[in-house]
Amino acid sequence: MTRSARWIVFWLGAGGVGALIVLALLKMPSFGGIVHPYRELSVPAAIGRSAPNIVSSVNFDQRALDTLGEETILLGSVVGAAALLRPSKDEREQLDQDEGRVLEATKLLGYLMLPVTLIVGLDVVTHGHLTPGGGFQGGVVLATAVHLLYVAGSYRMLRRVRPKTWYQVAEAVAGGAFVILGLVGLLLTGAFLANIFPRGVLGDLFSSGTVFYLNVAVGAEVTSGVVVLLSGFLAQALSVREVR
Amino acid sequence: MSLLPYFVAGWLLLIGCFGVVRSRDLIHTVVCVAIAQSGTYVLLLSTGFQYGASAPVQGAPGPVVDPVVQALTLTDIVVSATVTALLLALVIQIAKRTDTVDPDKLDELRG
Repeated sequence: MTRSARWIVFWLGAGGVGALIVLALLKMPSFGGIVHPYRELSVPAAIGRSAPNIVSSVNFDQRALDTLGEETILLGSVVGAAALLRPSKDEREQLDQDEGRVLEATKLLGYLMLPVTLIVGLDVVTHGHLTPGGGFQGGVVLATAVHLLYVAGSYRMLRRVRPKTWYQVAEAVAGGAFVILGLVGLLLTGAFLANIFPRGVLGDLFSSGTVFYLNVAVGAEVTSGVVVLLSGFLAQALSVREVR
Repeated sequence: MSLLPYFVAGWLLLIGCFGVVRSRDLIHTVVCVAIAQSGTYVLLLSTGFQYGASAPVQGAPGPVVDPVVQALTLTDIVVSATVTALLLALVIQIAKRTDTVDPDKLDELRG
């Protein structure tokens, strides 16, 4: 398709979609108003499930099946990206001798922030049912912590403390754990991903039943997924070289 | 002006698509796809917003904003991030095989 034909198709499509969007949005309830039918249903449903963070209650208890779908998309694209980023037949992994120079200030800040970031990540994952946060957010923080080693230290150092196969295994195990927890719920109560564990006391760390365990599984999966993804991209940029 | 946030969402979707069509670099294309998708975050969050309401945590004073759309936005962000990663991996392979990231130069089929 030539560029001009492409533009004609785009303006026709965008004009149509734009007109429909405007027509639909003009009928929307006013922004910031008090009419929220989903909230009126989900907030009462969250009470009594001992998960004060209602977003987590929706994601991991009321609609945990949707989160399984989301997690499968994550797993699928990590597998896809890892397959695409493999070194091909005529490529080998070679590490450059010269690793460049890191500013002392960057090193200091990086090593200071590394333990802090790890703890914050673990905190966000394990308190996902109590306060805003959860497995997805905490997992990204944890993966960032691992990569502070690359920012402050060197690529070699990152490779030493980050055995890629471990993270690939952890990714699969965490994804499987989510499904197994769901199947246990199915066997015990007849509902897939039913909340089977005791709910505990509202506000306790080990409360909210399966929400806590699903959060930890998702946290492990997201951490390993992001590490595997970034390891593929970093290898492509830094160590995969064509050999003839 | 109380509909403005919704129109920002629609505008983000269309400007993202505009960028995809106009793009002459596949990395730029991937970023434009991510921008088009970020329109959905704005739409979802502005649907659930209420003036003066607090975060959807039990025990918060007064009314809370809609937690369902926040959960949807979380899902949306995760999907967007992973799809972006997958697309960027594809771009790396395309760049290696064809020595170009200009979508206009990728029109011939290869066996």
